[in-house]
Amino acid sequence: MDKKYRTYICTGCGIGDALDVKNLCAVPEEDGVSVKTHPFLCGKEGVDMLNADIKDEGINTLIIAACSRRVNYDVFKFDGCIVDRVNLREQVVWSHPRSEFPALAEDQIDDGVHFDRLEMLAQDYMRMGLARVKKVKLPEPYLLENVSRRILVIGGGITGISAAIDAAELGYEVTIVEKEAALGGYAAKVRRQLPLADPYESAISPIIQSRIDKLKNYSNITVKTETLVARIAGQPGEFTVTFKKPGERIEFDVPYPLPPEMKVDENGKELDNEKLAEVFAEYNEGRKDILTLDPSGELYGAVIVAAGWRPYQSKNGEFAHLGFGDIPDVVTNVQFEEIAAKGKIVRPSDGKDARTVVFVQSPGKGDDDADFDYCGSVTSLVSLKQAGYVREDYSDGKAYLFYQHMRTPGLTENYYKAAQQDSGIFLTKGSVMGVSKSGSDLVVDADNTLLGEQIRIKADMVVLATGMVPETLDDPVVNLAYRQGPAFRDIGIFGGYADSNFICFPYETQRTGVYSAGAVRRSMTMEECIEDASGAAMKAIQCLDAVNRGVAVHPRYGDMTFPEFFFQRCTQCKRCTEECPFGALDDDAKGTPKPNETRCRRCGTCMGACPERIIGFADYNIDSIGSMVKSIQVPSEDDYEEPPLRILGLICENDAYPALDITGLNRLSYNAEVRFIPVRCLGSVNVIWIKDALSQGMDGVFLMGCKHGDDYQCHFVKGSELADIRMKKIGDALSSLALEEERVAQFEVAIDDYDKLPKIINDFVEMVEGLGPNPFKGF
Amino acid sequence: MTVSKNNPAGGGILVVGGGISGLTTAIEAAEAGYDVYLVEKNPYLGGRVAQLNQYFPKLCPPTCGLEINFRRIKDNPRIQYFTMAEVESVEGAPGSYDVNIKIHPRYVNENCTCCGECEKVCQREIINDFNFGIDRTKAAYLPHQMALPARYVLSPMIIGTEDAERCKEACVYDAIDLDMKEKTMSLKVGSVVWATGWKPYDVNKIDNLGVNCENVITNMMLERYAAPNGPTKGKIIRPSDKKGPESVAFVQCAGSRDENHLPYCSYICCMASLKHAKYIREQYPDAEIYIFYIDVRAPGRRYEQFYKDIKADEKVHLIKGKVAEVSEDMETNNLTVVAENAVTGEKVSQSVELVVLATGMQPTTATAKLPADLKYTADGFIVNDYEAGGMFAAGCANKPADVVTSNQNATGMALKAIQTLRR
Repeated sequence: MDKKYRTYICTGCGIGDALDVKNLCAVPEEDGVSVKTHPFLCGKEGVDMLNADIKDEGINTLIIAACSRRVNYDVFKFDGCIVDRVNLREQVVWSHPRSEFPALAEDQIDDGVHFDRLEMLAQDYMRMGLARVKKVKLPEPYLLENVSRRILVIGGGITGISAAIDAAELGYEVTIVEKEAALGGYAAKVRRQLPLADPYESAISPIIQSRIDKLKNYSNITVKTETLVARIAGQPGEFTVTFKKPGERIEFDVPYPLPPEMKVDENGKELDNEKLAEVFAEYNEGRKDILTLDPSGELYGAVIVAAGWRPYQSKNGEFAHLGFGDIPDVVTNVQFEEIAAKGKIVRPSDGKDARTVVFVQSPGKGDDDADFDYCGSVTSLVSLKQAGYVREDYSDGKAYLFYQHMRTPGLTENYYKAAQQDSGIFLTKGSVMGVSKSGSDLVVDADNTLLGEQIRIKADMVVLATGMVPETLDDPVVNLAYRQGPAFRDIGIFGGYADSNFICFPYETQRTGVYSAGAVRRSMTMEECIEDASGAAMKAIQCLDAVNRGVAVHPRYGDMTFPEFFFQRCTQCKRCTEECPFGALDDDAKGTPKPNETRCRRCGTCMGACPERIIGFADYNIDSIGSMVKSIQVPSEDDYEEPPLRILGLICENDAYPALDITGLNRLSYNAEVRFIPVRCLGSVNVIWIKDALSQGMDGVFLMGCKHGDDYQCHFVKGSELADIRMKKIGDALSSLALEEERVAQFEVAIDDYDKLPKIINDFVEMVEGLGPNPFKGF
Repeated sequence: MTVSKNNPAGGGILVVGGGISGLTTAIEAAEAGYDVYLVEKNPYLGGRVAQLNQYFPKLCPPTCGLEINFRRIKDNPRIQYFTMAEVESVEGAPGSYDVNIKIHPRYVNENCTCCGECEKVCQREIINDFNFGIDRTKAAYLPHQMALPARYVLSPMIIGTEDAERCKEACVYDAIDLDMKEKTMSLKVGSVVWATGWKPYDVNKIDNLGVNCENVITNMMLERYAAPNGPTKGKIIRPSDKKGPESVAFVQCAGSRDENHLPYCSYICCMASLKHAKYIREQYPDAEIYIFYIDVRAPGRRYEQFYKDIKADEKVHLIKGKVAEVSEDMETNNLTVVAENAVTGEKVSQSVELVVLATGMQPTTATAKLPADLKYTADGFIVNDYEAGGMFAAGCANKPADVVTSNQNATGMALKAIQTLRR
């Protein structure tokens, strides 16, 4: 693209009142770029002018110096043009009132003492905008040669079947893999299931068979029972999937990454790439490397994980006080359901009628009011349902249900209320202290119940309302042939659930194109599973659509850029492969990264990680940001008696940047020596930018981005955390340059911290002031 | 096969309600390549969550996700959204609906730059509904700081007054159009998703919980007090004397799980009050907090952990018992909360400085039925009929739910809406 530049300065919204527009125009003019000003650029007349310039003069690279890029986003979007938005409004005039940052008096101009902080700020931002557009290209989509639009559903229970039907209904080809011999999962093993719809009052006959029958109407659904996924290789749009039979060992079983202790020699020194490859091959003997595609594998575009749950297996003696393991008539809710599904409820020990059954919701005696692990709100409902079985089977049947908190949220409250109407069901808060045997009967002791302080119930059976363990707890299930490993990453913080940390975006996982649904996400009723399946199917088809068009999926949906590598300079350090939050990069035996563009979410963490600076995006790269940094003027003592400081702020465009806009909107002011550059994610910050800033004499650099930790707010999961690690390391480099470590800092902010930003910024500047100017200034 | 980018059947998808559920449905469908019309009755998108300070259990600001969603909308020409708009009628059958939309005048056009000059000159103040009437706002106002559209609104109350003229004069961008009239618009769509959301249950219907006492507030009001963009810039105070409360009682199930009010459980109030306890603990480390509950419903690993942390806090006292009465000491404006401890049977009487009613959620459709052929539960939630298709309810129009569940549900409903188009 032959760039034809023009700068447009809007003088509205107070910009023209606060700034000397002529001086501002001089900046692009000195750079050989023409300028136009307009009092109301986003108005019809202004936009018409822009369109006319594009059409008549072939202007295709526009530097629009006006408001924040967050506003009038759509107004200043022109097809086929590069646009940079210089934020003179929120970040300059609105946050730096002339009352605090006065213009110069006539006799102060060029006196070598005084300077106009606001003009300097605006001019720097103008230079930065000009610098950036020279270094960016218009992106072109990344198109796969052949996009598979087939969807793989792992798990043939109620969730998987529902997801498959939902996608097939839209014409997609779907394969369900189920490890058991028959479809249906747990939904096929119950006597009755919880209600699916209003009025939520009574259990219903299992619906699973009707769903299985419905499957048969779809010629575009293939079912593979007694089948496991051995590996999923490749990337969204072209996943190569190898199936196998349970128990089989095959060469396309997915290899596992080396545990950390195997990556070092006996002295703790890291092995070189060649040696690593050797050890890896040994460790995974009999398994093909991840980069070897299975020639007989099947192609899929996206994956839905509906692997479901398994009953909690108690550790030895874990529930001994409840007689579990010791007394055969103390069973779990799953075992009770099995008995109920076979016929009348009878005791496992002697086959006698179980007319009085006690249900225990919480194992913690009086000490802990939590339900059993992995219960969610499902097991309260299940116990209510099973109490109903006792009443159904025996006209004189009695069910006692001891709970700490009856968990029937939302409309499921109706189900609880219906059970309360049954005179044979006794529902009470209470701490079950112990279960023992008396003859052939069981004795249950409970404290602090609504029926009395200490009560003792004689029962035929006791049912423990144990939880639903997600299959993903210790099984990768998806078996991704990814260098980072076969499983979802970091699900430890979700207790092994394949869940998302995002309240707003619940289907986001760290593995693009792989969406989880149902009980792998959290304990769910069948109603919730069916609903969740629809959402996962939606995300899967959306991913296929995005891949087909060569654009990114959430959260940068529509972004056509993707990381480009200059491999000649790659030193095989593997940092990009290891740090990518989404496992988008694999590497070969030498350690050279292999990008998988459609796995990529475009955060730029790889770019930030690369010490050789060989990774970049069409409109966002080392050079584009580096040039912005270098375009900032750093005044020295040659210019002024007491030159102002210059501080660089690299800020996350998702949260910190909008927060700063709101700071401006509220006309809260902050120091004018800071120059902000928005970044896609703090993870994309390459330390070279910081080094560049400091070596050109800037006095300090800070990063501002999202919170990290278990409750991370980073939209790219790991970006801000990785930046934090890098910043800690940069401290050593600084001290070797005789620069104080404090000159570089990172701040965690949330989008609503706009009122706190001025203090954070001002405090940092003040601290740097205390350190004194950067000794490299003027060199 | 490929999915055609043009909606094959009758037009696109209409999503009614621009809260988190409606936004999710609209964006998810649009990002799969379908045309969507999003209709919101408020002058801004974001709905209830825009009024929240933080989400449980992460304690992160809702504006963070809204910002991303707003960017997704601005970036996607497939979504057309209309604020201050209401659906007047929906006629037709799945695959082909004729919809009439009424758009109320905003009196501010797209020239608005949010410069704020109109607000400065406007003299009339009106009740600030966004803050549940805790404070007042100018009659020329920006609904909230991160509002989309980022555009001012003129209250109809000043139209025809000098105030309106003053605003018009102050605007150098010719953004104020006092002649703006109500408009109607016709759309042809293939499916409709109702994400009409919820409202806090009207506490005035509860007569035993001291709803007229100054220092009795609702959980949603507490959110506004705690929010940095709220009436007190984030400081939680008791209304009578604006001081920080030294003791706070939370009355759970204020209206919910009650045959006389809302018979169902409102799903979010337990977690909301636990979160509120965190807000208060953060601002007032010495404050004593009393939570009166029937059951603490904090299911699932992350909610359980949240509850556990609060429970371990010695300043937080959890009492199982439904509150029978809240009364006010006229002199101190302190409140006495009376409840029966359900386990011990003891009568508990606790004096506190502030009472927060954990008010439940009622579907907006409980009191105003929609102009379409829909089925409702006895409590006014919309019942989804997947066999019939065509129209679906998403989020809290369908059932009480938290934000995560609403978003899951709303994503699924986008798919259902698409299925109707392609039938």
